[in-house]
Amino acid sequence: MVEVEIAKSMAEEVKLFKTWSTPFGLRVVWALKLKGIPYEAIDEDLSNKSALLLQYNPVYKKVPVLVHNGKPISESLVILEYIDETWKQNPLLPQDPLEKARERFWAKFNDEKLLQSIWGVFAKEGKEREEAMAASMENLKFVEEELKGKKFFGGEKIGLADITFGWLANLICVFEEVTGLKMIDERFPLLLAWIQEFSQHPIIKDAGPPHDKLVIKYQALYEKFHPAK
Amino acid sequence: MSEEVKVFGAWGSPFSRRVELALRLKGVQYEYIEEDIFNNKSPLLLKYNPVHKKVPVLLHNGKPIAESLVILEYIEETWKSNPILPEDPYDKAMARFWAKFLDDKCLPALWKAGWSPENEREKAVEEACECLKTLEGALNGKRFFGGATVGLVDIAANFIAHWLGIIQEATGHELLSAEKFPHLFKWTDEFVSCSIVKESLPPRDKLLAFFKDRIAGAMDAPTEASK
Repeated sequence: MVEVEIAKSMAEEVKLFKTWSTPFGLRVVWALKLKGIPYEAIDEDLSNKSALLLQYNPVYKKVPVLVHNGKPISESLVILEYIDETWKQNPLLPQDPLEKARERFWAKFNDEKLLQSIWGVFAKEGKEREEAMAASMENLKFVEEELKGKKFFGGEKIGLADITFGWLANLICVFEEVTGLKMIDERFPLLLAWIQEFSQHPIIKDAGPPHDKLVIKYQALYEKFHPAK
Repeated sequence: MSEEVKVFGAWGSPFSRRVELALRLKGVQYEYIEEDIFNNKSPLLLKYNPVHKKVPVLLHNGKPIAESLVILEYIEETWKSNPILPEDPYDKAMARFWAKFLDDKCLPALWKAGWSPENEREKAVEEACECLKTLEGALNGKRFFGGATVGLVDIAANFIAHWLGIIQEATGHELLSAEKFPHLFKWTDEFVSCSIVKESLPPRDKLLAFFKDRIAGAMDAPTEASK
Protein backbone atom coordinates (compact mmCIF):
# COMPACT_ATOMS: atom_id res chain seq x y z
CA MET A 1 0.00 0.00 0.00
CA VAL A 2 2.75 2.44 1.05
CA GLU A 3 4.68 1.66 -2.12
CA VAL A 4 1.71 2.70 -4.22
CA GLU A 5 1.42 6.01 -2.31
CA ILE A 6 5.06 6.83 -2.85
CA ALA A 7 4.88 5.90 -6.52
CA LYS A 8 1.86 8.16 -7.01
CA SER A 9 3.47 11.05 -5.21
CA MET A 10 6.49 10.77 -7.50
CA ALA A 11 4.07 10.97 -10.44
CA GLU A 12 5.58 7.69 -11.55
CA GLU A 13 3.29 4.78 -11.91
CA VAL A 14 4.97 1.41 -12.19
CA LYS A 15 2.90 -1.75 -12.38
CA LEU A 16 4.09 -5.29 -12.94
CA PHE A 17 1.78 -7.99 -14.22
CA LYS A 18 3.16 -11.42 -13.32
CA THR A 19 2.21 -14.63 -11.58
CA TRP A 20 3.31 -15.81 -8.13
CA SER A 21 5.66 -18.38 -9.68
CA THR A 22 6.91 -17.09 -13.03
CA PRO A 23 10.70 -16.90 -13.11
CA PHE A 24 10.44 -14.32 -15.90
CA GLY A 25 8.37 -12.02 -13.70
CA LEU A 26 10.76 -12.62 -10.82
CA ARG A 27 13.59 -11.21 -12.96
CA VAL A 28 11.73 -7.95 -13.23
CA VAL A 29 11.00 -7.95 -9.48
CA TRP A 30 14.73 -8.35 -8.81
CA ALA A 31 15.61 -5.51 -11.17
CA LEU A 32 13.05 -3.15 -9.64
CA LYS A 33 14.23 -4.02 -6.12
CA LEU A 34 17.91 -3.64 -7.03
CA LYS A 35 17.16 -0.12 -8.19
CA GLY A 36 14.79 0.65 -5.33
CA ILE A 37 11.84 1.37 -7.62
CA PRO A 38 8.43 1.20 -5.97
CA TYR A 39 5.85 -0.71 -7.97
CA GLU A 40 2.46 -2.33 -7.76
CA ALA A 41 2.45 -6.09 -8.40
CA ILE A 42 -0.57 -7.69 -10.04
CA ASP A 43 -0.56 -11.48 -9.90
CA GLU A 44 -2.48 -13.00 -12.78
CA ASP A 45 -4.33 -16.27 -12.99
CA LEU A 46 -3.15 -17.59 -16.36
CA SER A 47 -6.22 -19.80 -16.74
CA ASN A 48 -8.28 -16.62 -16.52
CA LYS A 49 -6.22 -13.75 -17.89
CA SER A 50 -7.40 -10.27 -17.03
CA ALA A 51 -8.72 -7.95 -19.72
CA LEU A 52 -5.94 -5.53 -18.80
CA LEU A 53 -3.22 -8.10 -19.46
CA LEU A 54 -4.68 -8.95 -22.86
CA GLN A 55 -4.89 -5.25 -23.64
CA TYR A 56 -1.29 -4.61 -22.57
CA ASN A 57 0.22 -7.66 -24.29
CA PRO A 58 -1.95 -8.50 -27.26
CA VAL A 59 0.88 -10.14 -29.20
CA TYR A 60 1.89 -12.80 -26.67
CA LYS A 61 -0.84 -12.53 -23.99
CA LYS A 62 1.81 -13.43 -21.40
CA VAL A 63 3.41 -12.20 -18.23
CA PRO A 64 5.47 -10.34 -17.29
CA VAL A 65 4.29 -6.97 -18.50
CA LEU A 66 5.69 -3.76 -17.04
CA VAL A 67 3.42 -0.74 -17.29
CA HIS A 68 5.18 2.59 -16.73
CA ASN A 69 2.97 5.65 -16.63
CA GLY A 70 0.35 3.74 -18.57
CA LYS A 71 2.69 2.45 -21.29
CA PRO A 72 3.20 -1.34 -21.45
CA ILE A 73 6.40 -3.24 -22.18
CA SER A 74 6.52 -7.02 -22.67
CA GLU A 75 9.26 -9.65 -22.87
CA SER A 76 11.38 -9.83 -19.75
CA LEU A 77 14.75 -9.05 -21.37
CA VAL A 78 13.25 -6.03 -23.15
CA ILE A 79 11.75 -4.93 -19.82
CA LEU A 80 15.10 -5.31 -18.02
CA GLU A 81 16.87 -3.10 -20.57
CA TYR A 82 14.07 -0.54 -20.35
CA ILE A 83 14.36 -0.45 -16.56
CA ASP A 84 18.12 -0.01 -16.80
CA GLU A 85 17.80 2.89 -19.22
CA THR A 86 15.01 4.63 -17.34
CA TRP A 87 16.36 4.38 -13.79
CA LYS A 88 20.11 4.93 -13.78
CA GLN A 89 21.03 3.90 -10.24
CA ASN A 90 22.67 0.49 -9.68
CA PRO A 91 23.15 -0.24 -13.38
CA LEU A 92 22.42 -3.74 -14.64
CA LEU A 93 24.59 -3.31 -17.71
CA PRO A 94 28.16 -2.02 -17.91
CA GLN A 95 29.09 1.07 -19.94
CA ASP A 96 31.51 -0.64 -22.30
CA PRO A 97 29.76 -1.86 -25.49
CA LEU A 98 31.76 -5.10 -25.62
CA GLU A 99 30.92 -5.98 -22.03
CA LYS A 100 27.31 -5.06 -22.69
CA ALA A 101 27.32 -7.38 -25.70
CA ARG A 102 28.69 -10.16 -23.53
CA GLU A 103 25.86 -9.78 -21.00
CA ARG A 104 23.25 -9.73 -23.74
CA PHE A 105 24.80 -12.79 -25.40
CA TRP A 106 24.60 -14.84 -22.21
CA ALA A 107 21.10 -13.64 -21.35
CA LYS A 108 20.03 -14.83 -24.78
CA PHE A 109 21.89 -18.11 -24.32
CA ASN A 110 19.99 -18.78 -21.13
CA ASP A 111 16.59 -18.10 -22.67
CA GLU A 112 17.14 -19.78 -26.01
CA LYS A 113 19.37 -22.71 -25.14
CA LEU A 114 19.89 -23.52 -21.45
CA LEU A 115 16.32 -23.10 -20.31
CA GLN A 116 15.00 -25.11 -23.26
CA SER A 117 17.35 -28.01 -22.66
CA ILE A 118 16.68 -28.24 -18.93
CA TRP A 119 12.95 -27.95 -19.52
CA GLY A 120 13.34 -30.85 -21.93
CA VAL A 121 14.79 -32.96 -19.15
CA PHE A 122 11.82 -32.07 -16.98
CA ALA A 123 9.05 -32.47 -19.51
CA LYS A 124 10.18 -35.17 -21.95
CA GLU A 125 10.56 -38.92 -21.80
CA GLY A 126 12.79 -41.60 -23.26
CA LYS A 127 15.19 -40.66 -26.05
CA GLU A 128 14.06 -37.01 -26.12
CA ARG A 129 14.86 -36.71 -22.42
CA GLU A 130 18.30 -38.27 -22.91
CA GLU A 131 19.07 -35.79 -25.66
CA ALA A 132 17.84 -32.92 -23.51
CA MET A 133 20.10 -34.09 -20.67
CA ALA A 134 23.12 -34.23 -22.95
CA ALA A 135 22.35 -30.77 -24.31
CA SER A 136 21.85 -29.43 -20.79
CA MET A 137 25.26 -30.71 -19.71
CA GLU A 138 26.88 -29.10 -22.75
CA ASN A 139 25.11 -25.84 -22.04
CA LEU A 140 25.98 -25.87 -18.34
CA LYS A 141 29.63 -26.40 -19.26
CA PHE A 142 29.59 -23.24 -21.35
CA VAL A 143 28.05 -21.30 -18.48
CA GLU A 144 30.61 -22.71 -16.02
CA GLU A 145 33.40 -21.59 -18.36
CA GLU A 146 31.97 -18.08 -18.50
CA LEU A 147 32.14 -17.77 -14.71
CA LYS A 148 35.94 -18.28 -14.60
CA GLY A 149 37.58 -15.58 -12.52
CA LYS A 150 34.29 -13.89 -11.69
CA LYS A 151 32.08 -13.67 -8.66
CA PHE A 152 29.02 -12.84 -10.73
CA PHE A 153 28.46 -12.91 -14.51
CA GLY A 154 28.54 -9.13 -14.20
CA GLY A 155 31.88 -9.20 -12.39
CA GLU A 156 31.82 -7.84 -8.86
CA LYS A 157 28.14 -6.95 -8.94
CA ILE A 158 24.92 -8.56 -10.13
CA GLY A 159 23.96 -7.60 -13.66
CA LEU A 160 21.59 -8.48 -16.47
CA ALA A 161 23.07 -11.92 -17.10
CA ASP A 162 22.95 -12.84 -13.39
CA ILE A 163 19.31 -11.85 -13.20
CA THR A 164 18.58 -13.90 -16.31
CA PHE A 165 20.41 -16.98 -14.98
CA GLY A 166 18.83 -16.33 -11.59
CA TRP A 167 16.24 -19.09 -11.99
CA LEU A 168 19.10 -21.55 -11.54
CA ALA A 169 19.35 -20.33 -7.98
CA ASN A 170 15.79 -21.01 -6.90
CA LEU A 171 14.21 -23.32 -9.47
CA ILE A 172 16.86 -25.92 -10.35
CA CYS A 173 16.71 -27.35 -6.82
CA VAL A 174 12.95 -27.70 -7.29
CA PHE A 175 13.44 -29.54 -10.59
CA GLU A 176 16.08 -31.77 -9.04
CA GLU A 177 13.84 -32.58 -6.09
CA VAL A 178 10.82 -33.37 -8.27
CA THR A 179 12.66 -35.36 -10.97
CA GLY A 180 15.20 -37.02 -8.70
CA LEU A 181 17.84 -36.00 -11.25
CA LYS A 182 20.88 -34.03 -10.18
CA MET A 183 21.87 -31.52 -12.81
CA ILE A 184 24.20 -29.01 -11.20
CA ASP A 185 26.65 -31.17 -9.29
CA GLU A 186 30.34 -31.10 -8.38
CA ARG A 187 31.21 -30.95 -12.07
CA PHE A 188 30.12 -27.32 -11.91
CA PRO A 189 31.89 -25.81 -8.88
CA LEU A 190 31.78 -22.23 -10.15
CA LEU A 191 28.08 -22.44 -10.88
CA LEU A 192 27.44 -23.89 -7.42
CA ALA A 193 29.44 -21.04 -5.86
CA TRP A 194 27.54 -18.50 -7.96
CA ILE A 195 24.20 -19.98 -6.86
CA GLN A 196 25.29 -19.47 -3.23
CA GLU A 197 26.42 -15.88 -3.79
CA PHE A 198 23.37 -14.97 -5.82
CA SER A 199 20.85 -16.54 -3.44
CA GLN A 200 22.42 -14.82 -0.44
CA HIS A 201 22.33 -11.37 -1.99
CA PRO A 202 20.10 -9.20 0.25
CA ILE A 203 17.79 -8.22 -2.62
CA ILE A 204 17.45 -11.75 -3.97
CA LYS A 205 17.20 -13.59 -0.69
CA ASP A 206 13.55 -13.30 0.24
CA ALA A 207 12.15 -11.96 -2.99
CA GLY A 208 11.12 -15.23 -4.56
CA PRO A 209 8.16 -17.54 -4.12
CA PRO A 210 8.38 -20.11 -1.27
CA HIS A 211 10.28 -23.27 -2.14
CA ASP A 212 7.59 -25.63 -0.82
CA LYS A 213 4.89 -24.02 -2.90
CA LEU A 214 7.09 -24.34 -5.99
CA VAL A 215 7.71 -28.02 -5.30
CA ILE A 216 3.97 -28.68 -5.09
CA LYS A 217 3.35 -26.85 -8.33
CA TYR A 218 6.13 -28.55 -10.29
CA GLN A 219 5.36 -31.95 -8.80
CA ALA A 220 1.83 -31.66 -10.19
CA LEU A 221 3.18 -30.55 -13.56
CA TYR A 222 5.70 -33.39 -13.62
CA GLU A 223 2.98 -35.94 -13.00
CA LYS A 224 1.07 -34.53 -15.96
CA PHE A 225 4.10 -34.98 -18.20
CA HIS A 226 4.91 -38.42 -16.84
CA PRO A 227 1.63 -40.14 -16.01
CA ALA A 228 2.06 -43.24 -13.87
CA LYS A 229 1.84 -46.30 -16.05
CA MET B 1 43.63 4.25 -33.67
CA SER B 2 43.10 2.05 -36.67
CA GLU B 3 40.01 -0.04 -36.44
CA GLU B 4 39.94 -3.64 -37.49
CA VAL B 5 36.45 -4.77 -38.35
CA LYS B 6 35.74 -8.21 -39.80
CA VAL B 7 32.48 -9.99 -40.52
CA PHE B 8 32.27 -13.77 -40.73
CA GLY B 9 29.18 -14.47 -42.78
CA ALA B 10 27.49 -16.58 -45.41
CA TRP B 11 26.33 -15.10 -48.72
CA GLY B 12 22.76 -16.36 -48.36
CA SER B 13 22.28 -15.78 -44.64
CA PRO B 14 19.82 -13.02 -43.74
CA PHE B 15 21.45 -12.88 -40.31
CA SER B 16 24.94 -12.07 -41.51
CA ARG B 17 23.49 -9.67 -44.11
CA ARG B 18 21.86 -7.78 -41.21
CA VAL B 19 25.28 -7.10 -39.76
CA GLU B 20 26.72 -5.99 -43.09
CA LEU B 21 23.77 -3.66 -43.65
CA ALA B 22 24.19 -1.99 -40.27
CA LEU B 23 27.91 -1.43 -40.88
CA ARG B 24 27.25 0.01 -44.33
CA LEU B 25 24.51 2.28 -43.04
CA LYS B 26 27.03 3.72 -40.60
CA GLY B 27 29.81 3.95 -43.15
CA VAL B 28 32.05 1.48 -41.32
CA GLN B 29 34.72 -0.26 -43.40
CA TYR B 30 35.01 -3.96 -42.81
CA GLU B 31 36.62 -7.07 -44.17
CA TYR B 32 34.19 -9.82 -45.12
CA ILE B 33 35.03 -13.48 -44.71
CA GLU B 34 32.73 -15.96 -46.45
CA GLU B 35 32.13 -19.15 -44.49
CA ASP B 36 31.04 -22.45 -45.97
CA ILE B 37 28.44 -23.01 -43.30
CA PHE B 38 26.97 -26.22 -44.66
CA ASN B 39 30.10 -28.21 -45.26
CA ASN B 40 33.24 -26.71 -43.84
CA LYS B 41 33.23 -24.07 -41.10
CA SER B 42 36.63 -22.47 -40.61
CA PRO B 43 38.70 -23.04 -37.45
CA LEU B 44 38.58 -19.28 -36.89
CA LEU B 45 34.77 -19.26 -36.83
CA LEU B 46 34.71 -22.13 -34.37
CA LYS B 47 37.26 -20.30 -32.24
CA TYR B 48 35.33 -17.02 -32.28
CA ASN B 49 31.91 -18.57 -31.72
CA PRO B 50 32.50 -21.79 -29.79
CA VAL B 51 29.06 -21.71 -28.18
CA HIS B 52 26.89 -21.60 -31.30
CA LYS B 53 29.44 -22.25 -34.08
CA LYS B 54 27.42 -20.02 -36.39
CA VAL B 55 27.60 -16.94 -38.53
CA PRO B 56 27.48 -14.03 -38.22
CA VAL B 57 30.41 -13.13 -36.02
CA LEU B 58 31.68 -9.57 -35.83
CA LEU B 59 35.33 -9.19 -34.95
CA HIS B 60 36.28 -5.73 -33.72
CA ASN B 61 39.93 -5.16 -32.89
CA GLY B 62 40.29 -8.88 -32.30
CA LYS B 63 37.25 -9.21 -30.02
CA PRO B 64 34.40 -11.40 -31.30
CA ILE B 65 30.69 -10.78 -30.89
CA ALA B 66 28.07 -13.33 -31.94
CA GLU B 67 24.25 -13.36 -32.39
CA SER B 68 23.04 -10.88 -34.98
CA LEU B 69 20.76 -8.80 -32.73
CA VAL B 70 23.50 -8.56 -30.10
CA ILE B 71 25.91 -7.50 -32.84
CA LEU B 72 23.48 -4.85 -34.13
CA GLU B 73 23.23 -3.29 -30.66
CA TYR B 74 27.02 -3.36 -30.38
CA ILE B 75 27.38 -1.63 -33.74
CA GLU B 76 24.83 0.99 -32.68
CA GLU B 77 26.70 1.75 -29.47
CA THR B 78 30.15 1.78 -31.06
CA TRP B 79 29.56 3.83 -34.21
CA LYS B 80 27.26 6.75 -33.52
CA SER B 81 26.46 8.02 -37.02
CA ASN B 82 23.06 7.19 -38.57
CA PRO B 83 21.50 5.70 -35.46
CA ILE B 84 19.33 2.61 -35.94
CA LEU B 85 17.65 2.86 -32.55
CA PRO B 86 15.59 5.75 -31.17
CA GLU B 87 16.80 7.79 -28.17
CA ASP B 88 13.70 7.45 -26.04
CA PRO B 89 13.83 4.35 -23.79
CA TYR B 90 10.20 3.41 -24.50
CA ASP B 91 10.58 3.68 -28.26
CA LYS B 92 13.81 1.71 -27.96
CA ALA B 93 11.97 -0.97 -25.99
CA MET B 94 9.33 -1.18 -28.74
CA ALA B 95 12.04 -1.61 -31.38
CA ARG B 96 13.70 -4.37 -29.36
CA PHE B 97 10.31 -6.03 -28.82
CA TRP B 98 9.62 -6.17 -32.55
CA ALA B 99 13.11 -7.34 -33.44
CA LYS B 100 12.70 -10.15 -30.91
CA PHE B 101 9.25 -10.96 -32.26
CA LEU B 102 10.76 -11.35 -35.71
CA ASP B 103 13.39 -13.79 -34.50
CA ASP B 104 11.36 -15.69 -31.91
CA LYS B 105 8.05 -16.03 -33.76
CA CYS B 106 7.84 -14.53 -37.21
CA LEU B 107 10.86 -15.90 -39.05
CA PRO B 108 10.46 -19.46 -37.73
CA ALA B 109 6.76 -19.38 -38.70
CA LEU B 110 7.51 -18.08 -42.19
CA TRP B 111 10.28 -20.60 -42.71
CA LYS B 112 8.05 -23.44 -41.54
CA ALA B 113 5.20 -22.31 -43.79
CA GLY B 114 7.53 -22.18 -46.75
CA TRP B 115 8.80 -25.73 -46.34
CA SER B 116 5.94 -27.58 -44.67
CA PRO B 117 4.85 -30.90 -46.10
CA GLU B 118 1.36 -30.86 -47.59
CA ASN B 119 -0.44 -32.19 -44.54
CA GLU B 120 1.02 -29.58 -42.20
CA ARG B 121 0.87 -26.66 -44.56
CA GLU B 122 -2.54 -25.22 -43.67
CA LYS B 123 -1.73 -24.74 -40.01
CA ALA B 124 1.77 -23.44 -40.74
CA VAL B 125 0.43 -20.90 -43.22
CA GLU B 126 -2.20 -19.77 -40.71
CA GLU B 127 0.46 -19.12 -38.09
CA ALA B 128 2.69 -17.34 -40.59
CA CYS B 129 -0.16 -15.09 -41.69
CA GLU B 130 -0.93 -14.24 -38.05
CA CYS B 131 2.64 -13.03 -37.72
CA LEU B 132 2.47 -11.00 -40.92
CA LYS B 133 -0.79 -9.47 -39.75
CA THR B 134 0.84 -8.48 -36.47
CA LEU B 135 3.74 -6.89 -38.33
CA GLU B 136 1.33 -5.05 -40.61
CA GLY B 137 -0.19 -3.57 -37.47
CA ALA B 138 3.20 -2.70 -36.02
CA LEU B 139 4.17 -0.83 -39.18
CA ASN B 140 1.10 1.31 -38.63
CA GLY B 141 1.27 3.11 -41.97
CA LYS B 142 4.86 4.27 -41.44
CA ARG B 143 7.35 4.22 -44.26
CA PHE B 144 9.79 2.11 -42.25
CA PHE B 145 9.46 0.36 -38.88
CA GLY B 146 12.09 2.87 -37.77
CA GLY B 147 9.91 5.78 -38.93
CA ALA B 148 11.37 8.00 -41.61
CA THR B 149 14.60 6.02 -41.88
CA VAL B 150 15.68 2.39 -41.75
CA GLY B 151 16.13 1.17 -38.18
CA LEU B 152 16.84 -1.96 -36.16
CA VAL B 153 13.47 -3.55 -36.89
CA ASP B 154 13.72 -2.94 -40.63
CA ILE B 155 17.18 -4.50 -40.64
CA ALA B 156 15.90 -7.46 -38.60
CA ALA B 157 13.00 -7.88 -41.03
CA ASN B 158 15.32 -8.17 -44.04
CA PHE B 159 14.25 -11.79 -44.53
CA ILE B 160 10.72 -10.65 -45.24
CA ALA B 161 11.78 -8.01 -47.73
CA HIS B 162 13.99 -10.24 -49.85
CA TRP B 163 14.22 -13.93 -48.96
CA LEU B 164 10.49 -14.51 -48.47
CA GLY B 165 9.54 -13.44 -51.98
CA ILE B 166 12.21 -15.68 -53.47
CA ILE B 167 11.07 -18.67 -51.41
CA GLN B 168 7.51 -17.97 -52.53
CA GLU B 169 8.65 -18.08 -56.14
CA ALA B 170 10.61 -21.29 -55.61
CA THR B 171 7.79 -23.12 -53.80
CA GLY B 172 4.87 -21.58 -55.66
CA HIS B 173 3.13 -20.75 -52.37
CA GLU B 174 2.32 -17.14 -51.60
CA LEU B 175 2.30 -15.78 -48.07
CA LEU B 176 2.91 -12.06 -48.36
CA SER B 177 0.64 -10.43 -50.94
CA ALA B 178 -0.25 -6.83 -51.60
CA GLU B 179 -3.92 -7.69 -51.14
CA LYS B 180 -3.58 -9.28 -47.74
CA PHE B 181 -0.86 -7.09 -46.25
CA PRO B 182 -0.72 -3.83 -48.23
CA HIS B 183 1.47 -1.81 -45.86
CA LEU B 184 3.96 -4.59 -45.27
CA PHE B 185 4.11 -5.32 -48.98
CA LYS B 186 4.81 -1.65 -49.72
CA TRP B 187 7.46 -1.67 -46.99
CA THR B 188 9.33 -4.49 -48.72
CA ASP B 189 9.57 -2.26 -51.78
CA GLU B 190 10.68 0.80 -49.83
CA PHE B 191 13.29 -1.24 -47.99
CA VAL B 192 14.95 -2.95 -50.95
CA SER B 193 14.85 0.28 -52.96
CA CYS B 194 17.26 1.98 -50.57
CA SER B 195 20.60 1.93 -52.37
CA ILE B 196 22.58 0.85 -49.31
CA VAL B 197 20.12 -1.98 -48.65
CA LYS B 198 20.18 -3.06 -52.29
CA GLU B 199 23.97 -3.35 -52.22
CA SER B 200 23.82 -5.52 -49.12
CA LEU B 201 21.39 -8.15 -50.41
CA PRO B 202 22.40 -11.47 -51.96
CA PRO B 203 21.70 -11.78 -55.71
CA ARG B 204 18.12 -12.83 -56.38
CA ASP B 205 18.88 -15.40 -59.06
CA LYS B 206 21.56 -17.07 -56.98
CA LEU B 207 19.17 -17.36 -54.01
CA LEU B 208 16.35 -18.61 -56.21
CA ALA B 209 18.62 -21.29 -57.68
CA PHE B 210 19.70 -22.25 -54.17
CA PHE B 211 16.11 -22.71 -52.97
CA LYS B 212 15.06 -24.53 -56.11
CA ASP B 213 17.95 -26.94 -55.58
CA ARG B 214 16.78 -27.67 -52.06
CA ILE B 215 13.29 -28.46 -53.29
CA ALA B 216 14.57 -30.57 -56.16
CA GLY B 217 16.84 -32.46 -53.77
CA ALA B 218 13.71 -33.05 -51.63
CA MET B 219 15.84 -32.45 -48.57
CA ASP B 220 14.50 -31.56 -45.14
CA ALA B 221 14.30 -27.81 -44.52
CA PRO B 222 17.92 -26.63 -44.30
CA THR B 223 19.25 -26.64 -40.77
CA GLU B 224 19.76 -23.15 -39.44
CA ALA B 225 23.50 -22.90 -39.73
CA SER B 226 23.36 -19.18 -39.16
CA LYS B 227 21.58 -16.97 -36.71
